[in-house]
Amino acid sequence: MATIQVDGRRYAVDDRDNLLQACLTLGFDLPYFCWHPAMGSVGACRQCAVKQYRDADDTQGALVMACMTPAADGTRISIADDQAREFRANVIEWLMVHHPHDCPVCEEGGHCHLQDMTVMTGHHRRRYRFRKRTHRNQYLGPFIAHEMNRCITCYRCVRFYRDYAGGTDLGAFGAGDNIYFGRHREGVLENAFAGNLTEVCPTGVFTDRPHSERYARKWDLQFAPSVCHQCAVGCNTSPGERYGEIRRIENRYHGEVNRFFLCDRGRFGHGYVNRDDRPRRPEWHAAAGETRVLDVDEALERGGEALRRARRVIGIGSPRASLESNHQLCELVGQDNFSTGIAEREQVCLARMRRLNLDAGLPTPTLREVEAHDAVLVLGEDLIASAARLGLAVRQAVLGRREVLAEARDIPAWNAEAVMTLAQDARHPLFIAYPTTTELDAIAERCLHLAPDDIARLGFAVAHAIDATAPAVGGLDERTRATAERIAEALRSARRPLVIAGGSLESPAILEAAGNVARALATRERRGGLTLVRREANSTGVELLDGRPLEWALDALGQGDADAVVVLENDLHRRLPGERVDRALAAAETVIALDHQRTATWERAHLGLPAASFAEADGTLVSLEGRAQRFYPVYEPRYHRPESRIHPGWRWLLALHAGLQRRTLPDVAFDDLTRDCARRHPVLAGIVAAAPGADERVCGLKLARQPHRYSGRTAMRADLDVSEPSPPRDPDTPFTFSMEGYAGFDRPRREVPFAWAPGWNSPQAWNKFTDEVGGHLRGGDPGARLLEPAAGVAGHVDAIPPPFEAGVGEWRVVVLPRLFGGEETSSRAAPIMARAPAPTLRLAPADARRLAAEAGDTLVIETSLVHLTLPLLVDAALPSGLVGIPAGLAAALSSGAPARLSVVPGDGEAQP
Amino acid sequence: MNGSTEMLVVVLAAMAQALAILAGALLLAAVMTVVERRLLGLWQDRHGPNRVGPWGSLQLVADMIKILFKEDWIPPFADRALFVLAPAIAMASLLLSFMIIPWTPTWGVADWHIGLLFFFAMAGINVYAVLLGGWSSGNKYALLGAMRATAQTLSYEVFMGLSLMGVVALAGSFNLRDIVAAQQGLWFIVPQFFGFCTFLVAGVAVTHRHPFDQPEAEQELADGYHIEYSGMKFGMFYVGEYLGMVLVSALIVTLFFGGWHGPWLPPFVWFALKTAALLVLFVLLRASLPRPRFDRMMSFGWRVCLPLTLINLLVTGAAILWLSPAAD
Amino acid sequence: MWTSLIPATWSQLRTLGMVFRHAFRKRETVSYPEEAVYLSPRFRGRIVLTRDPDGEERCVACNLCAVACPVDCIALEKGEAEDGRWYPASFRINFSRCIYCGMCEEACPTSAIQLTPDFEMSEYRRQDMVYEKEDLQIDGPGKDHDYHFYKVAGLAIAGKGKGEAQDEKPPRDVRTLLP
Repeated sequence: MATIQVDGRRYAVDDRDNLLQACLTLGFDLPYFCWHPAMGSVGACRQCAVKQYRDADDTQGALVMACMTPAADGTRISIADDQAREFRANVIEWLMVHHPHDCPVCEEGGHCHLQDMTVMTGHHRRRYRFRKRTHRNQYLGPFIAHEMNRCITCYRCVRFYRDYAGGTDLGAFGAGDNIYFGRHREGVLENAFAGNLTEVCPTGVFTDRPHSERYARKWDLQFAPSVCHQCAVGCNTSPGERYGEIRRIENRYHGEVNRFFLCDRGRFGHGYVNRDDRPRRPEWHAAAGETRVLDVDEALERGGEALRRARRVIGIGSPRASLESNHQLCELVGQDNFSTGIAEREQVCLARMRRLNLDAGLPTPTLREVEAHDAVLVLGEDLIASAARLGLAVRQAVLGRREVLAEARDIPAWNAEAVMTLAQDARHPLFIAYPTTTELDAIAERCLHLAPDDIARLGFAVAHAIDATAPAVGGLDERTRATAERIAEALRSARRPLVIAGGSLESPAILEAAGNVARALATRERRGGLTLVRREANSTGVELLDGRPLEWALDALGQGDADAVVVLENDLHRRLPGERVDRALAAAETVIALDHQRTATWERAHLGLPAASFAEADGTLVSLEGRAQRFYPVYEPRYHRPESRIHPGWRWLLALHAGLQRRTLPDVAFDDLTRDCARRHPVLAGIVAAAPGADERVCGLKLARQPHRYSGRTAMRADLDVSEPSPPRDPDTPFTFSMEGYAGFDRPRREVPFAWAPGWNSPQAWNKFTDEVGGHLRGGDPGARLLEPAAGVAGHVDAIPPPFEAGVGEWRVVVLPRLFGGEETSSRAAPIMARAPAPTLRLAPADARRLAAEAGDTLVIETSLVHLTLPLLVDAALPSGLVGIPAGLAAALSSGAPARLSVVPGDGEAQP
Repeated sequence: MNGSTEMLVVVLAAMAQALAILAGALLLAAVMTVVERRLLGLWQDRHGPNRVGPWGSLQLVADMIKILFKEDWIPPFADRALFVLAPAIAMASLLLSFMIIPWTPTWGVADWHIGLLFFFAMAGINVYAVLLGGWSSGNKYALLGAMRATAQTLSYEVFMGLSLMGVVALAGSFNLRDIVAAQQGLWFIVPQFFGFCTFLVAGVAVTHRHPFDQPEAEQELADGYHIEYSGMKFGMFYVGEYLGMVLVSALIVTLFFGGWHGPWLPPFVWFALKTAALLVLFVLLRASLPRPRFDRMMSFGWRVCLPLTLINLLVTGAAILWLSPAAD
Repeated sequence: MWTSLIPATWSQLRTLGMVFRHAFRKRETVSYPEEAVYLSPRFRGRIVLTRDPDGEERCVACNLCAVACPVDCIALEKGEAEDGRWYPASFRINFSRCIYCGMCEEACPTSAIQLTPDFEMSEYRRQDMVYEKEDLQIDGPGKDHDYHFYKVAGLAIAGKGKGEAQDEKPPRDVRTLLP
């Protein structure tokens, strides 16, 4: 700690900070541009000037850049000094010399850091009489819009994109007035985190393009704290709604999980909520293919009657539905009839991951803790594709060596340019074993492109090399053995080694191998970590409900053991081959589907009940870290669409349950449901503490979902009815559907729908909500962790698979997760559809030669269940004997399945 | 038989005359509600009610229809009997007072020796209307208004009586016809100027007209004693106020302006013209003068008007004695 | 008290006289609707959306009027033309809520929204007080005859490329090495 004096008053600050961090942590409003809490300082913008005094006798002082000056003990500075203030005002004026006077038509307006800073310094009139330099814009893909004239050359974009996120296709070009931030030529920004440029850029150079298409200013959006449903990482988001549509997803700061950044799938993948074809009213699908729209009472009556008639009702849950909905389904059909809705091969992996979390001896680090690890082994995961935000954290962990080196030379960690120059290419070791290339390969020490079984063997070998009691792998070739030794050596010598594996390749062997490595490390008393990647938002949580796999449910229906099924927010056709699903559903007397999407399963259901998506429902999800997190409804769908009958899945199920028992629907509060779920499943006991109850109040007020400047209340709905209804009530949460309620920053609270503080409209306002800049939310970070390792380490597992051998004329399918298009719901969002690359079939060059096929040729892949035609991509990294198929294409193709390939004849001639 | 038939004719004629006077007084009061608004408009550079009928002539009809069809509502917390009784007293006491006014040498209901005293008695009863109305409403503003009205009326009635004693002394009678006859040569306004002044002030105060409308004072009491009244009951209070105005005007004409006396024109026309002029004066007072504070008004009554009337009475008495031929 | 009686009485009588003299003055009341009312050009009445001197919509859907509105009676949604020009895809004013304060006009950066000297907009049905864009859009520039936002702002639209706005140099060639 250090004591510094600001404008004559003394404050205790952290001496590892710079003065800007210290001042912002203390709550002073000091303008800045180029500094970012996650990226340190470079002193480029000259905006955070303060007056520094040598000692008490120094009355003259000197201007220094606060971001480049350490908060050393005894520092005396003045923020309010006239000279410093004038200097800051002048800097803004220079920056604004070329600004294009287009705030009214700028998407950033209203949450623009440049606007905030301009107001803060008091500049309001352009005195510069000469002409402005201008630039042409570039097309940067479906996510990001580019308007280069608004640039103030703070360099934040390239520092984030290149240094932090590891992108290569955005750069700074030219010098002086020529300076240009863009790609070397027009094209889609490739990095998976490009969307963060919209929040990183302090002005409107990079803006959210999907948001611009259905635009609303930040002050007009209604926000609620939410959790991203597009993968299992559990990033916190603030979806913004207007006119009953989710218009934009903003990052919601969570000190332990996503902190400042989201991946593009999470940020731009919400469009499925707004789809026109989304079911909004209950539907009855008669036999002859006609659809009747029902009202709620009639739908429930029919549903209840059908369930009463049924001999046995099966409930199929979903890993993309909340714990409460799944639990309520379990209550409806009984534990014996409850299926998780997850295919067996995936559920086996999930069960194994849960066991490893308990008995492998290593805890699962939070994302922030991941960044503190200094050696990482990734077994069978393409992190950027399957858990992108985790991949970004791993990147920071690997780059963390810079800070170690800097510390040795007394360079403060925030001095980004110096730290980077010093470290050059020095990184912490990262080892990746995956069938093909991954985006993190560029910073890995060693990348091994192996078949799934060989990845497992490598893992077992590493475990054996760390801990001789672990089973040895027989028949290992010399190179692999040497690699395993090197990996073991790196993990052994690390202060905090991290092992990452997951279910992407659906290989239990890989997980056991990772478990052995973890156990081997756990015995060495290191503060290591084990992160196991799950596929879907609530995979971890639903697995904890102890349901049976989907196959069991389909069998029960197909064999006539059960004659009714309730499917909760699950498209079975994406999990198992369509024919098998159809057969089972056709055998059932009654199929009731609850979903927020018009899926193949919905179309085959007799009764469809429109469930709420994450934007309209409350619920709890468990992330891959084992963190239970609550998401809240952002808006009430009936307010703007009075005809809609969307309700959360759990509420439909409660009503069905009441109908089944011929009771009237009880008035159940959501908190009771959560408590009930926690009581029924002891492992979920922690979910009650995951979020404040509905009775949470700040200064006696509920919390506001809308910013206090929310406009148009008396006109938005006036076309429907000039007498506006009172805002919808929300008894289930501590939030109101209005601007009435607490929305400030000065009273700590855990659930913050949106960040705003006086003078801070941009995402930079989060600094006002944290205990220190880049720290934790002052009210505590949301969520509660459920899965902590049990005491003691279980014994090693000896289930080493034989080495992979390429078959002759037969290939093994390996399903490769995709960031864009690989996930069910987000791939229904228009921007993701536009961004997703065309699916291709990957083959090793040798295999392609054997088939006499060239890149671009159309190939047919055939298994016992499926016949698919795809263009060929020759993948030099892929081991021979494997065929790589992008995820989300055909449920019938699962990893490990044998497949035959053939070239479509005549295709080569068709393309001379 | 003959005598009794003649008697019947006389009685019927007298009753017809009384009814005509009653109807005339009521109609005049009602018309005054509109005339007042037109006059206020005139002096405030605006039009006043001019939308109903030609030049607003049917405004009165509109008002009547409106007030008759309003919901006649008695608040549940009110004392029902008194609440209903109060406006009836207000109207009745004032209408009865018109009995004593000698409109022309031949017209008039009652030719009583105690004429003036009857007026004082009726004015005293009128206080009960306000007091009971305010009290029975069960509303604090109504009660405050009623208290003010009572205090004000009691105070001003003291010197109202005294101010007329000069007139009575000069005429040597309480009979109003005698008083009118006594003004054949000289109107009493000349010898009794101070009496006239104080009676005018007291008359305005007793009818709660501006600037002495403390009992109603909209800004402070939100309409005072009749705040809870609506419909025709309110209408009776409302018309009652204008009846009082007409009555006081007629009395002033009778007592100070020579009643029906005047050259050329028939006696009734003279009486009507004089009364009309005084009514206009009442409206002009309302248009011009602000309402004083209640304590100022009370002290004005007790400390200015009362001494003034006493002095006036003394001087009058002295003058009568001085000039009386019987003195020596 | 007695000493001030005479001047006070005189004052009251004088007041009576002065008020009485008003009987011979001209009446201030304008007999609307028989007589037309004079409304100044700056009168704050019915709100319109104007066009720029080229006849294009001035409103750029920046939402500042909506946020400035103290009764929140303005709601609009942004649309974007092919060439990048912003315009209001919908624009609604609920005149049954409007208080004609003129804050929207003050907030408007493009002189698009203007209040006009017209107050005769009473309706029998409140629903008819909700004006949509086609009810608000007029064909002229209103009170501001000259302002043309896109000629000033740097956003490129059809017919005005980068570097052609007010005080702008032609776009830079990033690839050149010359200063």
